[in-house]
Amino acid sequence: MAVISRGFHGRRGPGGDRLPPGQYVTEDFPVLSAGPTPHIPHDRWSFTLTTAAGEKRTWDWDALMSLPSETPQADIHCVTRWSKYDTRWRGVPVDAFLEGVDPDGTYVLVTSYGGYSTDLPLADVTGGRAWIVHEYDGAPLPPEHGGPARMLVPHLYFWKSAKWVNGMRLTRTDEPGFWEQLGYHAYGDPWREQRVQGD
Amino acid sequence: MRAPALWRVAVVAEVRQETADARTLVLAADGWPGHLAGQHVDLRLTAEDGYQAVRSYSLCAPADGARLEVSVQPVADGEVSPYLAGEVRPGDELEVRGPLGGWFVWDPADGVPDPVLLVGGGSGVAPLMAMVRARQGAPAPAPLRLLHSVRAPDQRWYAAELDRLAAEPAGPVVDTVYTRRAPPGAVRPPGRLTLPDLERPGWRAQDAPRCFVCGPTAFVEAVSGLLVEVGHPPDRIRTERFG
Repeated sequence: MAVISRGFHGRRGPGGDRLPPGQYVTEDFPVLSAGPTPHIPHDRWSFTLTTAAGEKRTWDWDALMSLPSETPQADIHCVTRWSKYDTRWRGVPVDAFLEGVDPDGTYVLVTSYGGYSTDLPLADVTGGRAWIVHEYDGAPLPPEHGGPARMLVPHLYFWKSAKWVNGMRLTRTDEPGFWEQLGYHAYGDPWREQRVQGD
Repeated sequence: MRAPALWRVAVVAEVRQETADARTLVLAADGWPGHLAGQHVDLRLTAEDGYQAVRSYSLCAPADGARLEVSVQPVADGEVSPYLAGEVRPGDELEVRGPLGGWFVWDPADGVPDPVLLVGGGSGVAPLMAMVRARQGAPAPAPLRLLHSVRAPDQRWYAAELDRLAAEPAGPVVDTVYTRRAPPGAVRPPGRLTLPDLERPGWRAQDAPRCFVCGPTAFVEAVSGLLVEVGHPPDRIRTERFG
């Protein structure tokens, strides 16, 4: 039987088809991170792709900037229940880093400065569904939001969009990342409300 | 289904006023699996027509059977917090699930003797209070300092309990920073938390404390930045932010 909270009426927002279940819309851009914000200057930034066979490719900041960029606009959904509509970014599709790479491996583990990591199926970061972004709303991405560069995987809960990204490792099995080891859902689809293990 | 994903009925057992507008709710949730100090809980409210809203709140007391405590600061225009901080009374029912979050936690029984530095901004003191309280029950507890930044003396949560614990032999060290209005006779003029407020023998970088910082984003950014600046390794600093 449903538990009714006496006197609670709530405020039914105009969610419609655009708002995943259990989310509310915010105009702010809240910050959530597990430790101090790393401050990485452009000349010390790099991104390393490691294949399942152990082969490495590295891009420095200039190399990132020389790749063709896109300007994705997306709704983003945080597992802490806020959603933000029409966020505007500039960055490089993950596909560009995988060009010519033997796609051995079905998962990726994305790693960050500061020690953060998160795991995703390779299919979720390819096919124009994920980017390494370095601008937000027309300006360089601020450090507290993951600058100089972060992942953007807007179709999954936002903890999958790792801040301060510095690498991506292709893996043959799903290796749980930071939050995934602490009980959060392995996949994190906001439309299926996959917040924690067991959802 | 794993325990954190399971919704449980929780009955409001007790309501305590913390400040003029913030309160602590004591809930009884049968079957609660227990938690570590610093973890949080999802609260789900259901209206009569079935509409539901869920928010996360830090638990402000350590595990104690079915008993859970959360403190709520009402947010202007909030959908859930004004209800929890104003309307709810003992006997009311809601639902909980958890515990959630396994990073911003301290287990005083983990045997690590390192000092613990807790820095809270405003209502960010809630999960830190769970750590202060958890320490009380621990054998040979680590030295613990709570530094709480509040706007004014009447904004302190858990004030009487913290002052009492701080006065005990081997109790925690409790320091308060007032940002807008200090109590009469205070030496420190009101103002934002600065490096001298953070530095105290026993909890400096060379003392290698484990640091927990919780509060609004700007507060956490500033405090964790200061801690890194004076030599605390980033991996010794755990943060939790809201807003």
